[in-house]
Amino acid sequence: MIARDPWAAFSRHTPARIALGRTGASLPTDEVLRFALAHAQARDAVHTPFDADGVAGEVKSLGFATLRVSSAAPARDIYLRRPDLGRRLCDESRATLAAAAGDPVDLALVVADGLSSAAIHAQTKPFLAAFKPFIAQQGWSHAPVVIASGARVALGDEVGALLKARACVLLVGERPGLSSPDSLGLYLTFDPQVGRTDAERNCISNVRPDGLSFEAAAFKLAWHIREALRRRITGVELKDESDLLLEDGRAPTLLGGG
Amino acid sequence: MAYVHRIGTKSFVFADLKELMAKATPPRSGDMLAGIAAATAEENVAAKMCLAEVPLKAFLSQALVPYETCEVTRLILDSHDAAAFAPVSAMTVGDFRDFLLSHEATSEVLAGLAPGLTPEMAAAVSKIMRNQDLILAAKKCRVVTRFRNTIGLPGTMAVRLQPNHPTDDAAGVSAAILDGLLYGCGDAVIGINPASDSLPVIERLLKLMDEVITRFEIPTQSCVLTHVTTSIGLMERGAPVDLVFQSIAGTQGANRSFGIDLKLLAEGADAARTLKRGTVGQNAMYFETGQGSALSAGEHHGVDQQTLEARAYGVARAFNPLLVNTVVGFIGPEYLYDGKQIIRAGLEDHFCGKLLGVPLGVDVCYTNHAEADQDDMDTLLTLLGAAGVTYIMGIPGADDVMLNYQSTSFHDALYIREVLGLKRAPEFEAWLERMDITAPDGRLLPADARHPLLGYVAGRAA
Repeated sequence: MIARDPWAAFSRHTPARIALGRTGASLPTDEVLRFALAHAQARDAVHTPFDADGVAGEVKSLGFATLRVSSAAPARDIYLRRPDLGRRLCDESRATLAAAAGDPVDLALVVADGLSSAAIHAQTKPFLAAFKPFIAQQGWSHAPVVIASGARVALGDEVGALLKARACVLLVGERPGLSSPDSLGLYLTFDPQVGRTDAERNCISNVRPDGLSFEAAAFKLAWHIREALRRRITGVELKDESDLLLEDGRAPTLLGGG
Repeated sequence: MAYVHRIGTKSFVFADLKELMAKATPPRSGDMLAGIAAATAEENVAAKMCLAEVPLKAFLSQALVPYETCEVTRLILDSHDAAAFAPVSAMTVGDFRDFLLSHEATSEVLAGLAPGLTPEMAAAVSKIMRNQDLILAAKKCRVVTRFRNTIGLPGTMAVRLQPNHPTDDAAGVSAAILDGLLYGCGDAVIGINPASDSLPVIERLLKLMDEVITRFEIPTQSCVLTHVTTSIGLMERGAPVDLVFQSIAGTQGANRSFGIDLKLLAEGADAARTLKRGTVGQNAMYFETGQGSALSAGEHHGVDQQTLEARAYGVARAFNPLLVNTVVGFIGPEYLYDGKQIIRAGLEDHFCGKLLGVPLGVDVCYTNHAEADQDDMDTLLTLLGAAGVTYIMGIPGADDVMLNYQSTSFHDALYIREVLGLKRAPEFEAWLERMDITAPDGRLLPADARHPLLGYVAGRAA
């Protein structure tokens, strides 16, 4: 009854659900149930509470100082309905950052839970470990790493402005997919100020072991930061040409000249 | 100008047309987020009753977004065709609904009317229409576009083959293209959302699709859904760009947040047309839209999200697109909370687009933080099939592994063809039969392990 697809071997090239077979025009029973399970797991991932203490501990273990902030969204259900609240700091956190700000720095680094705490829990430490050598190599000054709960991408604008950063790097848990409930996104914004639009940012997406590797993502981010600081811009005007610097298709561990 | 509606001893007052439109909109979380939704169910219906009495002409003199500061308003009003509008110029919004559902409003009459309608008129009438009205009226609207095949003919529905891969891997993308073609999908476009916005990566993807289309003489077109400036840059490098893509919205400010304006869209459209890569037509633009994008950008001017969505179609039609689709459930629960709101929005968007003469497809979709599931998508897909939707998305197993959301699958496309008897674009249907992928009745033939497409992909992946 089930028509199998003779190209199942190509599944090794993609996580996409190819060669599922069919009964008539429809999915076989196994596939319908497999999909339902994946959806159930992704739904659960959205609602996993953010372990900010655990993440702060991991970041500290890499040698970074940390600061803790919260957005203006008081609870997860309100966070989901009110993205505007997730883009701004609560009053207390605004005061915390104003008090913590020192001299101007090159970078503000923000770790934001976004729509997948699972992604932040899994990917923050290995990504920052891969990225740290680039900070040292380029001599970028930076503020303590800000661990932000209830946060959307634009929260980085307010954080970056308060910390007097030339650019803001924000790590965020991306919206969970069926096959990737723990994907990390990286957003870079030059001259962070409240009111920046998404067209003024660069995004590196799908950072996770089965997606863009930590090493490749760290290299790409470092390339973007260097270009952003040099050209004083991020967003649609800053096109990603970092791939031109790949060595045999692999990301170099440090930025070369040029 | 204030609008007042009395129900018994109660008076409902709406400060202006913009407020009246917002309060007449069926409930959705985005308008609540913006603080412009009706406060009660009764106020919502009072606003609908009041809106039904507003003359259509009012939308020509009362701009919801200021003419002086918004180029989208200027585009809509400056390009309005008064002669085409004449047959309905004396109608109220309520009369217009009755007219659209009447037997006098034939496909030919509605096509003639389209240039005389503004997006705001379409949005207004949609607000007082039930789901069945949106389906019936949209079904009568015909919008036919052409590049390498003919999309939008009565009794047909096309599918965008969306072979996304999380790292733009060539073998992975090829495998998904193969899967889609062998499931009879890809007549609307083979369109990739790239994970990267790197020019060399996007150029490789364009070449990959161009090769398979050329090698197998597939009557379809390809697109990498990247920013219009990137496509212009790629065309300058000589990359094989069929369709130029861009996300668009209904206000100048929201478009600015996408890094575009009308002049830039015109540059993109000109560049694509100059390449003349179409064989049966030169509709060379592909636009995506979705309710809530203007609010998301903080550029909504207090106008409801459904009206602003219709204005995005006003932008689209100025550039003679091959395809436009509303990515209806992608934006998230803060704009469309659950399956019910997504279904309603999908039907509204499709109706408004078609009424305005735009080739509207729908990405029947949802995200994992919305209160929706595959059952809701089955419902919307079936309703849109009945409404004559131009095209839907086709994604392996409905799971987009790059964009992390669920849409419709190749199987879903087969389902709706089976239930409603919908055919593919005729050139593509003939190609599938020639390639021994489908039988003359359009159903899939048993898959053959020796099919040349399999050999081709295996050779490339090796």
